[in-house]
Amino acid sequence: MAEHSNPSTPERGGNKVILDVNNISLSFGGVKALTDISFNVREHEIRAIIGPNGAGKSSMLNCINGVYTPQQGSITFRGQTFSHMSPRQVAEMGVARTFQNLALFKGMNVIDNIMSGRNLKMKSNLFLQALRIGPAAREEAEHREFVEHIIDFLEIQAFRKTPVGRLPYGLQKRVDLGRALAMEPSVLLLDEPMAGMNVEEKQDMCRFVLEVNEEFATTIVLIEHDMSVVMDISDRVVVLDYGKKIGDGTPDEVRQNPEVISAYLGTSH
Amino acid sequence: MGPFLETLIGGLMSGMLYSLVALGFVLIFKASGVFNFAQGAMVLFAALAMARFAEWFPALLGFDNKVLANVLAFVAAMAVMVAVAWLIERLVLSKLVNQEGITLLMATLGVTYFLDGFGQTLFGSEIYKIDIGLPKDPMFLFDKVFEGGLLVNKEDLYAAVIAAALVIALSAFFQYTSTGRALRAVADDHQAAQSIGIPLNRIWVIVWAVAGFVALVAGMIWGSKLGVQFSLSLVALKALPVVILGGLTSVPGAIIGGLVIGVGEKLSEVFIGPMLGGGIEIWFGYVLVLFVLLVRPQGLFGEKIIDRV
Amino acid sequence: MLYRENGQFKTSYAADQQIFPIAQDRIGILLLVAFAIIGVPLLADEYLFRAILIPFLILSLAAIGLNILVGYCGQISLGTGAFMAVGAYAAYNFFVRVDGMPVIVAILLGGVCSTLAGVVFGIPSLRIKGLYLAVATLAAQFFFDWAFLRINWFTNNSSSGTVSVADLSLFGIKIDGPLGKYYFCLGFVLVFALLAKNLVRGHIGREWMAMRDMDVAASVIGIRPVYAKLSAFAVSSFIVGVAGALWGFVHLGSWEPAAFNIDRSFQLLFMVIIGGLGSIMGSFFGAAFISVLPIFLSLVLPALGNVFGVTIGTALIAHTELMVFGGLIVFFLIVEPHGLARLWSIGKEKMRLWPFPH
Repeated sequence: MAEHSNPSTPERGGNKVILDVNNISLSFGGVKALTDISFNVREHEIRAIIGPNGAGKSSMLNCINGVYTPQQGSITFRGQTFSHMSPRQVAEMGVARTFQNLALFKGMNVIDNIMSGRNLKMKSNLFLQALRIGPAAREEAEHREFVEHIIDFLEIQAFRKTPVGRLPYGLQKRVDLGRALAMEPSVLLLDEPMAGMNVEEKQDMCRFVLEVNEEFATTIVLIEHDMSVVMDISDRVVVLDYGKKIGDGTPDEVRQNPEVISAYLGTSH
Repeated sequence: MGPFLETLIGGLMSGMLYSLVALGFVLIFKASGVFNFAQGAMVLFAALAMARFAEWFPALLGFDNKVLANVLAFVAAMAVMVAVAWLIERLVLSKLVNQEGITLLMATLGVTYFLDGFGQTLFGSEIYKIDIGLPKDPMFLFDKVFEGGLLVNKEDLYAAVIAAALVIALSAFFQYTSTGRALRAVADDHQAAQSIGIPLNRIWVIVWAVAGFVALVAGMIWGSKLGVQFSLSLVALKALPVVILGGLTSVPGAIIGGLVIGVGEKLSEVFIGPMLGGGIEIWFGYVLVLFVLLVRPQGLFGEKIIDRV
Repeated sequence: MLYRENGQFKTSYAADQQIFPIAQDRIGILLLVAFAIIGVPLLADEYLFRAILIPFLILSLAAIGLNILVGYCGQISLGTGAFMAVGAYAAYNFFVRVDGMPVIVAILLGGVCSTLAGVVFGIPSLRIKGLYLAVATLAAQFFFDWAFLRINWFTNNSSSGTVSVADLSLFGIKIDGPLGKYYFCLGFVLVFALLAKNLVRGHIGREWMAMRDMDVAASVIGIRPVYAKLSAFAVSSFIVGVAGALWGFVHLGSWEPAAFNIDRSFQLLFMVIIGGLGSIMGSFFGAAFISVLPIFLSLVLPALGNVFGVTIGTALIAHTELMVFGGLIVFFLIVEPHGLARLWSIGKEKMRLWPFPH
């Protein structure tokens, strides 16, 4: 797997906190998805969230995103605390995400999917768009150029005009990432970006994630099941089990945590 | 008070008839997830079949007994509806299995047009009579309490009773028979039902046939009231708000929805209508449903739609 | 062989994003438009204009409007007829009540009123989805059916319930006679088709399609569902309203509310589905198909009858029309649910290879 700079170097450990999750509790009817979860994310780090299936990891991301509203708790982003945000507000604050089950716009091609990520930055009104003159035309070309950079970065040039529904799964995942990158986020939430991939695809995806983190200085919050990926590339790890936090620290610390071990391997009775 | 109660009772009874048509929608939607716009056309088709068979059989077979004619006509019309159900399943449904809702909706719309045309080609396009012996005269209830009594249409009363009986029978069918259980399983999850060996195609034929039966009964009653003519097909449009109000998947919902819409329509027409120029019946049900949906987007008894990402 | 992109390199993104990036397509469209402007008037007779061409143009316009709502934004609407009616009656009122109102302005104002109605009846779409929304849109249909029948102000207190317009003129040139009406409608259609195409390939179009395909993901990338849905209703209703005004003013001349009833709504929905959801070109295909079909049947069926020595009366023709109509819809949905536009693009793909097999 890809190598990563030593996580405990001073510049990473000393970064300020960009995202703070405070005592989040979430339930659906009688089901408690998350119970009193608190952790923070430092700027420019790669923070992994791991845990067995059903632990509430996606729900956690959905809370950060504003898709779910937690019954209790709040999220602090760059010093401002919110107990409830709309997905658009979160997007405007510079948080983007990918989805476990893709959630691509199947009716559009690759370019349009990634261009849709630019929508917050496209300002021309309906009339200008209808006439396609002046600012509207310029905007389309400018943002297309930016999207092309992303397409180059993700190495999917050959599939630009293909409807995303026709792409193989691994490439669809790249388009999902591309759409999130198009938002130029400061925090990127990745929900199992390597799920369902073979070894080569995973290496490519790791490479992309690391480059995004290093070149664009994007903070990354990553849900992942593949332990070798988590241990290799993440700076710190949060472990969830049955909606509760059972571990928080560097990969090595977490690896030795007895609660984490029993959660994954089960306890003998 | 008197007029109010009269209107109320009239509304309850017409509501029962709406429920009858709505039931057909709910049945098919419950079992196959298809919103069958053609239900109205099925009512017309069934009614046409029954009306014409009741005319043709005595002439063909040379007897005079009205009851016998009606019974034979009913059986024959039922057989026709089963055939229609089978054909629809074979030619339309099975070919559109994995398509989205709007495609299936449009397909049933196409079936509507086809049945309308076909029915009139086979059976003729004039106004025909169905006479199943429902008394047409009015009766007056509670004439001790209210002066002159409350005017209640006997025909409507009989119709409401028949409709209620049918609804109870269908509910029992769903709850207590193995076929009914199979139908509910299919409604819940097609693939799971298939995996335990429930024959999907046969189930759908059964469902559409039962819906055809409901259409026949509805057609018989409406046809007896209004005469069998093309506008019967439009009865479906009156039943749609009922279906939606009750929630697409609920049999009790269809009944309650029917009663609410029936009463609401009549009351609003009598008491609010004159202020607005009359004729508000055509949109009252729909606007009422619109407001209910704004509060409860899944109708009164429907299942809540949860989007998972 | 003929239909190849070889050698057509784009040197700017604007060039790559144009409506018809392939030169052969561009030439084809220009020829088609030229034919429509010059060729058709030379070849068509009055009957063709009145019975086929003018209705086709106006219904294509309405189909474009409906396609934006249903095909691009994914909101089912069964009440299109009502919005055509709003456009027609509003335009009528502006035209007869305001002295010296130019026809074009009246028609556009009709569109604006239809926009307002569309936005109001589009508000439910913020809460209601799918089939429930479809039935909610019927509320608009029946409400306006009733309003234009019973509220006398809308019909300028006409005793018969019908309204009529006459003496249409554009900058002093009279619009009467089939040719004038044809050009009038053609102008509207060309302009609006271009505007619509620009919208759907711009970022509002992508917002609409995102809402259609996956609205939760759309909100996460910052799309506001309210704005996306209501703008779709607004734009769609505007176009449909203008089409309605044209239908009343130019095609019918005088009309009553039944001209815009639920059958019209279904007809437009069929056009959009058979033509192809989410395709401007598909709207034209669908309108052509549905406009031509009844005429085709009324010509072919008696002829067929004569072959077999059977006289086919008008009633039977009407019934057969229903059967063929319904049957064809089902056939299309089974064979190509994405409509004629998909068949067209499949055909073009084959043309790119021709005469080679692959």
